[in-house]
Amino acid sequence: MWVLGPIGFATPWLLLALAALPILWLILRAVPPAPIRRRFPGVALLLGLKDEEVETDRTPWWLLLLRMLAVAALIIAFAGPVLNPRVDRGGSGPLLILMDASWASAPDWALRIGRVEQALDEAEADGRTICILPATDLPPADLESGGCDFLSAADWRPRLAGLEPAPFAPDMAALRAALPEENGLETLWLSDGLAHAGRDAVLSELQAAGPVSVFETARSTYALGPVTLTEEGVTLPVLRADPEGPGEVTVAAHGTDPAGIARELDRQTVSFDAGEAMAEAGFDLPPELRARVKRFEITGQRSAGAKRLTDDSLKRREVGLVVVREGGEGLQLLSQLHYLRAALTGKADVIEGALTDLIMANPDVIVLADVAQLSGSESADLLDWVHEGGLLLRFAGPKLAASDVARTDEDPLLPVRLRAGGRTLGGAMSWGEPKRLRPFGEASPFYGLPVPEDVAVSAQVMAQPDPDLASRVIATLEDGTPLVTRKSVGQGQVVLFHVTANAEWSSLPLSGLFVSMLDRLAVTSQSAVLDAEELAGQSLQPIRLMDGFGTLSDAGARAPVAGEDFTRAQASRATPPGIYQTRDSLRALNVIGEGETLSRTSWPADVPILGVEQGQEWPLSQLFLLAALALLGADLIASLWLSGRLFGARVVSMLLMPLLLGMTLMSPQSAQAQQIDDEFALRATSELTLAYVRTGDAALDRVSEAGLAGLSQVLTARTSVEPGPPMGVDLESDPLGFFPILYWPVAAGQQMPSAEAYAKLNAYLRTGGMIVFDTRDADVASFGAATPTGVRLQALAGPLDIPALEPIPEDHVLTRSFYLLRDFPGRHAQGTIWVEASPAMQAAEGMPFRNLNDNVTPVIIGGGDWAAAWAVDDTGFPLLPVGRGLTGERQREMAYRFGVNLVMYVLTGNYKSDQVHVPALLERLGQ
Amino acid sequence: MTQEPASSALRARAETLSAPLPPLQAHAEQLARALLMGGHGRRQSGMGDEFWQYRPAQAGDPGRAIDWRRSGRSDGHFVREKEWQAAQSVHLWVDLSASMGFSSDKSIPPKSDRSALLAMALSILLMKGGERVALASLGTPPRIGTLQLRRIAEGLSQEGPEDYGAPDTALFLPHARAVFLSDFLGPIEQVEQAVAAASDRGIAGVLYQILDPAEEAFPYQGRTVFTSMSGALSHETLRASDLRSRYLDRLAERKDHLARIAHHAGWRFATHHTDHADLPALLWLYEALEGPR
Repeated sequence: MWVLGPIGFATPWLLLALAALPILWLILRAVPPAPIRRRFPGVALLLGLKDEEVETDRTPWWLLLLRMLAVAALIIAFAGPVLNPRVDRGGSGPLLILMDASWASAPDWALRIGRVEQALDEAEADGRTICILPATDLPPADLESGGCDFLSAADWRPRLAGLEPAPFAPDMAALRAALPEENGLETLWLSDGLAHAGRDAVLSELQAAGPVSVFETARSTYALGPVTLTEEGVTLPVLRADPEGPGEVTVAAHGTDPAGIARELDRQTVSFDAGEAMAEAGFDLPPELRARVKRFEITGQRSAGAKRLTDDSLKRREVGLVVVREGGEGLQLLSQLHYLRAALTGKADVIEGALTDLIMANPDVIVLADVAQLSGSESADLLDWVHEGGLLLRFAGPKLAASDVARTDEDPLLPVRLRAGGRTLGGAMSWGEPKRLRPFGEASPFYGLPVPEDVAVSAQVMAQPDPDLASRVIATLEDGTPLVTRKSVGQGQVVLFHVTANAEWSSLPLSGLFVSMLDRLAVTSQSAVLDAEELAGQSLQPIRLMDGFGTLSDAGARAPVAGEDFTRAQASRATPPGIYQTRDSLRALNVIGEGETLSRTSWPADVPILGVEQGQEWPLSQLFLLAALALLGADLIASLWLSGRLFGARVVSMLLMPLLLGMTLMSPQSAQAQQIDDEFALRATSELTLAYVRTGDAALDRVSEAGLAGLSQVLTARTSVEPGPPMGVDLESDPLGFFPILYWPVAAGQQMPSAEAYAKLNAYLRTGGMIVFDTRDADVASFGAATPTGVRLQALAGPLDIPALEPIPEDHVLTRSFYLLRDFPGRHAQGTIWVEASPAMQAAEGMPFRNLNDNVTPVIIGGGDWAAAWAVDDTGFPLLPVGRGLTGERQREMAYRFGVNLVMYVLTGNYKSDQVHVPALLERLGQ
Repeated sequence: MTQEPASSALRARAETLSAPLPPLQAHAEQLARALLMGGHGRRQSGMGDEFWQYRPAQAGDPGRAIDWRRSGRSDGHFVREKEWQAAQSVHLWVDLSASMGFSSDKSIPPKSDRSALLAMALSILLMKGGERVALASLGTPPRIGTLQLRRIAEGLSQEGPEDYGAPDTALFLPHARAVFLSDFLGPIEQVEQAVAAASDRGIAGVLYQILDPAEEAFPYQGRTVFTSMSGALSHETLRASDLRSRYLDRLAERKDHLARIAHHAGWRFATHHTDHADLPALLWLYEALEGPR
């Protein structure tokens, strides 16, 4: 293959034909376009006329150029051009393919594997042995071979699929130890592009062994730093490896919505200034939302570094302090709640109020400071709340000591039974000294907290020595008397401090220990500073772990990590990033640690760096052939034009027709119309909706709407049918299928609907719709007398698919579908209505009705002006007068009853017709 | 028996020949009917069939001229006069050469079609008016009647082999009328001579040029070889569009020349295009023949 720039040629000798092009030029130049022969009687007048321009008998230069280009494209196409031909570099001896395989190489991992495959192909062609060494997945160092098997490419190829980027950075020191000791070793280093400490040492060692080339992608690496809580929400730094130029990434916060469904909660676009390697992504998240955030991630970056898992540290506990009305204005420092407020400020969201209100707010913790007696409903509610995971924190005090709560029986809201009265230590009337605290036992949640010397308890309530007392004590005094007791209730727990929450009984609330103890009890959210102390002595069980691509998966049965290790841990093979669980909280370990930054590797100048620019092989033959074809087509048109044959009417029409056709086809369909359609459909279908046909007569349409509104009102009041607000439909544009019934008042001047509208109407009638035509002329019309609206109705209904009609028979279902009706008055009391003719059938002996189980009539035609009788105004009062006096009101009532029957008939069909069988059914039941 | 095939062959030929005639004649009659207004009287008394007026007898009127029936109703003597109905001879020369067979588009009839139609319609019109008509190419004297009409139609359906036709006025009667229908694209001198010879004999007439729209517009482009209908003449150009203006100049000059010839001889000249309606053309011809009288 012969390579010219980025293009190689499979059969380059064919290109020699290009030298023949100038000859072609000369030949083509000499040949003028062929003449057309025309018979033309006027030739007699032409005789003797000379052409003005003699040189036009040669082909114009641009046509020549066109043809030359076409021929050149053909020649090049047959020479087999290939873009980015793969060129073997050759080489011999073993080849080490060193992969950083860290999270930073995850986004273009496929590219890297592709490069490795390419290297394998080349090595196979050269018969070299290969070792693929992922720096994040080093073989155990005690292997003899230095941990690297030099195998053939065929042996390595199946293993390629198993290679995966690790969710942590490579350990260069370990890598250096694992490097194979071999001379003449050529190395291909697939770098992740990030500077890792110790990379230079590895490089120099490799370079000592043989040539090293580095493969890097130009893509910039982004990562997310640790999350910091702020007043408004959270901020987290976005790091990047290439500080050149401005950049922009989008950081999204993912979490669950209140229903527990994973969603994107927020999204921020972060811009980097030129030269800046770090930018802050600030999220404005209220505490409730913040507590639900599961992770932050840079969108479009598929790597573990671009994801930031969050843990409980984002959550702030909501603590409810129960405020009891204190008699009189006590000193603030003597308040039971003062020290609690001081301890909780800034660490938890404190709400205060009466107990019933607090339970409604469902906080994480409720503090009862020296509250002894609770009302029955209060304690029941509180117990329910504790059962569901609440932490009830109680403090003793004079009231508790004085009450007889939990004296004989254990109170469900107190961990232990209490002795009456309590005890006082070191007072004027007692023997002992105030007692200090005993160091916390291992089982205690306070384990590890230092006990200050100056904390002393001078008074306390005493626990009854019950069998399970020992298991409930989590802090004791020197003499072993319980100071803090705890019991689990359901998913929650009840904790009692046997001292007051103020400094009256002990100096505990004055000390830092008090705050730490509250922390340990998960009253306040954990802060990073206390992390190490708190985790000491605990073990963390990984639950969900992240792989190099940032995908979370279940940890399975992995060994737990000791708390001490965890606090020191960076993401590594032993401690992969993910979510870990302590006894009572979740901890996240992320790829990027505190204060870490990203920077790009700077390779020495003597290391060749291969980019991805060397892309896929791309045969260009087809392209050139197509180009030649297109040029020849252009030549055809140009030749026709030159010889004057192009602009024949036929040719032009042929050329223009596709153009016009395309234009008509591309007539844009308005997206807005689509949207309006959707709105209409939603409105029509979210509730049962009565509809009327807009006639174009505004006053008539208003009455129709008011009438259907009145009917809807009556239906809602009297039946289980509760229609939504009525809708007017435009027969031309609106879909009809949503409506069970269409009220169509006929106006004398109404426009005929279009053919499409009639097609729609017929489809509506055939699929079970019903149209009520109202000519509104029952006062003047009678059989045989034509009224203007009647004539119009005939014209309007002509194209409709309407079956044979008959005046409504006495036993029609419409007379008894809800009310029993004899006639159907509207605003006009007279007039008949017409329905689909029922099949001729005699009523059975003794039956009041014929057994007509046929279809619902698709049309009802009448002139009662029902909408006017139904119509109500905005306040729900009748809009138009009907009749006169009480008789008129009676008539309006009958009109409403007809409306109710009508809607019932539409909705239930001939259900009522089946009532004829009731006597027979009753008779059978009686037997 | 031996003569039977010959006569039947003749008859078959005649049938074939006359086959296109009835429609042509019918169409021409239809066209002519639009113009016929009634009698072709001269609006003065003279020889004729139609009654013109009664006038009191004057001295010198022969006795047999007196209309006794009219005179018997009054005291004076009346002479019955008839309207003068003079028959005129009209010679038609229709160019039957190949060049008349040209049409630039399928939707446009050939020029010969139009000229034959006009000639036929004119003949019908004239005969209905009592004139005698002759077709120059037939070489027969002017006659009137259906037979003559058929002969003219027969004569119009023949087509000459030559490229351009020349009028032949040898058989024209003196003081007759002449109508020349042609495209006049051939040698102009022959037309000039013919008109001169005719006008010498007191013949007045019409030069009617029939042109195809393409001949008027010259809508050609590119390299083209133009040939006459028979192919005898040809002209090659590399860019036909360049020739247009000069061709149009020549055509205008030709029309000018024809108008001059007509003017000198006291004849009338007009140009008709085959894409235009035929009735106005017939109207103009009729009016031109009627006009100078």
